[in-house]
Amino acid sequence: MPTTRAAPEPATRRPRPSPGRSMTWRDRLHRFDMRYVPYLMIAPFFLLFFVFGLFPMVFNGVVALRHWRLDDPELTGWAGFANFSRLFTDGDFGNALYNTFGIFLLSTVPQLLLALIIASLLNRRLRAQTWWRVGALLPYITPITASTLVFNVFFSRDLGMANWALGLIGIGTENPIDWRADKLHSWIAIATMVNWKWIGYNALLYLAAMQSIPRDVYEASALDGAGPWRQLWRITVPMIRPVVIFTVVLSTIGGLQLFTEPMLFDLNAQAATGGAGGEWQTVAQLIYKVGWKDLNLGYAAAMSWALFLIILVVAALNTLLTNRISGGRK
Amino acid sequence: MSLLERPRPTPSATRGGRKRAALLGRAPQDTPAGFWTYLLLALSTLFAAFPLYWMFVISTSTDEATSQLPPVVVPGDQFLVNLDEVFSLQDVYFAASLVNSVIVSTVVTASVLFFCSLAGFAFAKLRFRGSRPLMLFVILTLTVPNQLGVVALYIVMGKLGWNGTLLAVIVPGLVTAFGVFYMRQFIVNTVPDELVESARVDGATTMRVYWNIVLPAVRPALAVLGLLTFVATWNDFQWPLITLNGTDYPTSMVAISDLASGNYVIYRRVLAGAFVATIPLLIMLVIGGRQIVRGIMEGAVKS
Repeated sequence: MPTTRAAPEPATRRPRPSPGRSMTWRDRLHRFDMRYVPYLMIAPFFLLFFVFGLFPMVFNGVVALRHWRLDDPELTGWAGFANFSRLFTDGDFGNALYNTFGIFLLSTVPQLLLALIIASLLNRRLRAQTWWRVGALLPYITPITASTLVFNVFFSRDLGMANWALGLIGIGTENPIDWRADKLHSWIAIATMVNWKWIGYNALLYLAAMQSIPRDVYEASALDGAGPWRQLWRITVPMIRPVVIFTVVLSTIGGLQLFTEPMLFDLNAQAATGGAGGEWQTVAQLIYKVGWKDLNLGYAAAMSWALFLIILVVAALNTLLTNRISGGRK
Repeated sequence: MSLLERPRPTPSATRGGRKRAALLGRAPQDTPAGFWTYLLLALSTLFAAFPLYWMFVISTSTDEATSQLPPVVVPGDQFLVNLDEVFSLQDVYFAASLVNSVIVSTVVTASVLFFCSLAGFAFAKLRFRGSRPLMLFVILTLTVPNQLGVVALYIVMGKLGWNGTLLAVIVPGLVTAFGVFYMRQFIVNTVPDELVESARVDGATTMRVYWNIVLPAVRPALAVLGLLTFVATWNDFQWPLITLNGTDYPTSMVAISDLASGNYVIYRRVLAGAFVATIPLLIMLVIGGRQIVRGIMEGAVKS
């Protein structure tokens, strides 16, 4: 290719070998190298994606339309839409969906707001700049399994640190909060873990965007006498809107698939019920329970598809909503 | 409003007024952080670090420390005792699980670095038919939540006979869309076209160009991608739990969740295990913190 571009008449620079016998071994190699090697280089990704990414996604649809149980290999055949229609009457699914959205709201909103504030703090000229940023990433590199187990001790009813800290400011001194007894408190506990994990990560995403805002935008704004707080909301946030939308989409995809925290928050984790009465069982957890505890893969597959569609819709809605709130035109 | 219209602070303005005007006109990144900024940052770093630190404290303590209030913040001397208990638990396979995690994360990371830089190079610098739509396809796959195929993935792995083996957790992660995308962006910006073409004129094959020119040039990006991949692979929980639970080959994340289930959970033991499984990542953050920070921040600006 470079040769053809450099010379108007390719034949003058490199005698074009006539196809067939006269092609030398070198020419063949060169031709193979230019034509096919690029495809070989990208092939591993596509191969792997088709076998372990795309095919399972599509095949999931087939499984959802069939009877497919792990404990009864004899039971086969098409189930039609039975697995899907069952979703509409399944109280467990409704409950899991409710919990998932509850935890999602309690985690996403504070998470992104706090990330924004931390990012604006990190955006000042700081001593030991890198180390503040690395510190913010401590939760990001910590395994969720490990941190959830620590938070489990914090949120124990009788001698937990959470109740002790709340007691210091006079909350629940008479009746300590039982964090695993009802929906709201278990949601708050789990949301706290999610927030802890992702605030620093999102703050760095925002920080990156903030640093690419042209400086003269701020110079102009000083005219209005805008203080740091107003500056953040009136200038910074609208300027970094694409990244804000990106983080909202990321946390929607991640938040609606929440699995590890609710699993291990349960003292009887292996049951995957999310509390004695399913107080905090999320959809991802229910999929695991239906598939690998109740051994009904067909129904679990249908549930996965439903969750996928819900994620798509919510991610789209959130994108629109965020665009509005953060100052988009339409 | 254009800069030209900006009224300059008059010399007659009061000292305080001038200071305020100068402060307000500055971009935040040029404003030195004040006392409150440092205080708030210190508090939030404390909030980020405390659970990790406390995990360490409990893993060095006796049972009483877990429920002591105000919380114990000084490490004890029981670390080796607790560790010994974790490692000698019969059906948790903790030691084996650490070895498994090292194998899985190392193999996946090495493979991601090789195949993603190879594909990234092809997309960035080689001209071949369909390269644009194929790259677009790679970017699209980034948005697909892959956890949603787990049921079918389990069936596929069953057909291959890989469930319950490390192959089930290694093979799907060998090349990632994010890695291909990240390497492509980096190579586009850092490897000059002329360098590739002049090597070509000298008769170098594509693979030789990759090996001698591209790989040395993208070392910083490989460090970033390697660290991010290692951390993500090490911490993966849902899929390893599905395919490895109850086998003799858990990863350390599955083993930790095993430690923590049962009627009576001994937290000094559980957290000792959790802490040991976190150590490799802490080391990575200390050594490669700068690179991890950069990787995350670059990802944000480009996407």
